[in-house]
Amino acid sequence: MADNSSSNAYWKANIKTIQVFLVIWFVCSFGFGILLRPMLAGIGIGGTDLGFWFAQQGSIIVFLILIFAYAARMNKLDKEFGVEE
Amino acid sequence: MDQFTLNLIVVGATFALYIGIAIWARAGSTAEFYAAGRGVNPIVNGMATGADWMSAASFISMAGIIAFGGYDTSAYLMGWTGGYVLLAMLLAPYLRKFGKFTVPEFIGDRFYSQTARTVAVICLIVASVTYVIGQMTGVGVAFSRFLEVDNATGLFIGAAIVFMYAVLGGMKGITYTQVAQYVVLIIAYTIPAIFISLQLTGNPLPPLGLFSDATATGKPILETLNGMMADLGFGSYTEQKDTTLNMFLFTVSLMIGTAGLPHVIVRFFTVPTVKDARSSAGWALVFIALLYLTAPAVGAMARMNLINTIYPDGTSAAPLAYEARPDWVKNWEKTGLLKFEDKNGDGLIQYAASKEANEFDVNRDIITLANPEIAQLPGWVIALVAAGGLAAALSTAAGLLMAISSAVSHDLIKSQINPNISEKNELLAARISMAVAIAVATYLGLNPPGFAAQTVALAFGLAASSIFPALMMGIFSKRINNTGAVAGMLAGLGVTIVYIFLHKGWFFVADTASFSDSDPLLLSIKSTSFGAVGALINFVVAFVVSGATKDTPAEIQELVESIRIPKGAGAAVDH
Repeated sequence: MADNSSSNAYWKANIKTIQVFLVIWFVCSFGFGILLRPMLAGIGIGGTDLGFWFAQQGSIIVFLILIFAYAARMNKLDKEFGVEE
Repeated sequence: MDQFTLNLIVVGATFALYIGIAIWARAGSTAEFYAAGRGVNPIVNGMATGADWMSAASFISMAGIIAFGGYDTSAYLMGWTGGYVLLAMLLAPYLRKFGKFTVPEFIGDRFYSQTARTVAVICLIVASVTYVIGQMTGVGVAFSRFLEVDNATGLFIGAAIVFMYAVLGGMKGITYTQVAQYVVLIIAYTIPAIFISLQLTGNPLPPLGLFSDATATGKPILETLNGMMADLGFGSYTEQKDTTLNMFLFTVSLMIGTAGLPHVIVRFFTVPTVKDARSSAGWALVFIALLYLTAPAVGAMARMNLINTIYPDGTSAAPLAYEARPDWVKNWEKTGLLKFEDKNGDGLIQYAASKEANEFDVNRDIITLANPEIAQLPGWVIALVAAGGLAAALSTAAGLLMAISSAVSHDLIKSQINPNISEKNELLAARISMAVAIAVATYLGLNPPGFAAQTVALAFGLAASSIFPALMMGIFSKRINNTGAVAGMLAGLGVTIVYIFLHKGWFFVADTASFSDSDPLLLSIKSTSFGAVGALINFVVAFVVSGATKDTPAEIQELVESIRIPKGAGAAVDH
């Protein structure tokens, strides 16, 4: 195991990353797709509104980007804090 | 060549392929049986996870549910993909670092309690068996159509094949057969969608086609569909009809259920490193997204084609005469899943929103399979879709049965009842538990609690309320102790299962239900959405009980510290 202070800092950096990513995750699915859909009603796309697009397509695309971005960010943090395998 | 022979050839060829791979990779030692020797590349693992994940619910059932539910059913799309984000960030890397074989093993070790492990086994079995019921429903639909028999016969034949298939190979057989199944199912799903998108919009990419103009009207597909539905008295396709509360909770439930289903989590135990565990979740979602981005297009376009079939001259003209019905309608009538009743005796098929006037009854689970027939695509496409549907159902059923059997033989029998059991007997116990699970699921699959995707949604609620919170708290909080975790899991699972049984009947026997999902017990929360509430109860109970009882011992706090950092992740430890 790495020394305690470095692994604590690593864990804090990880938690912060997760928080930011979860906010994006929430806003692009539950937000734009459900709760905020009425606010996006004015923005038309292919015969419907942007909220419908987010609910049926946009959210999935955002999820994909989020996972790979998280994996890349954590690989960087692993090295920075010297905790990689 | 007639369609029946063509179906037999295509389905037979794909089966020969899967069984061939399963025999070639037959499991030897127990370590191989459970986790495929832990040498699986993230992309291969992602593809296998995709096949494991996309079951009869995704392949056979979901597009039909979307076709009839419109916007409201977006919960399935967001829920069954968004969970992978949680999996990648909150569970997979840490569970891989922990380095054991099963989910109950983690819960038992982290909460230093055999009771916790046993409770986790119970949660796993309840969620997985419910899930297998949904698969059996889908298998029954697929087999009944392609063998042209009634639904029950199709179900029995399907169950026999699932049994042979799952018992034959362990996870290793399953990992590589699942890659083959993924390829078959994704080709089978996208090819008809591409054809149909081209026919209706001229755009070969279904996800773009959904938002393009219909070549027939020059107006967007969704606007055209909304207009057709309005003519027949149905509500608008793109409008929200469900309450925001229920839709929100349903999405939460499916998402955290995704991250809590043991047969998916166990996939991340099989990658070589922690780094691979994170990217594996991403690759899995890439392969899953190919289907999930296509599904909403399939749903909307299938609904449009269905209405066009019944109303060939437009929704304001007279409908089709029953005698003139196309062959696909006749074929599906044989399965009993599509019915026509000439209520007003005019010989025409009226299809409308009102119960009194409607004469056309379509089981939603047939939409994906009937879709190529409705769009009059060539025979080989129809055969391919039948093969794809079976691939989806078989691969998931096999993965679930693996999870159930390893929970029983490894977590229950070997660790608690008889630690000295020989490897041979452990494998035997695993296989017997698979057989029992299939028998129960087949019996309940004859009168399922809903369409395949809805039954599967119940399984997600159960996993969401029990396993996900325990895993997450085990990793992110050092304070949650043995008593807290056990109380949390029991409370979450207990409340959720009671809520489901109150609405779907006790043990899914329909006439024992006290409430219905159209008028649920609590606000507008349907039984399929209650998992989110159950999960909340689990978290609260675990925190309160842990706060009132003894702190976790130092060695457990150290264990939590160590799973949080990737360094030192070696090969898995058997015991």
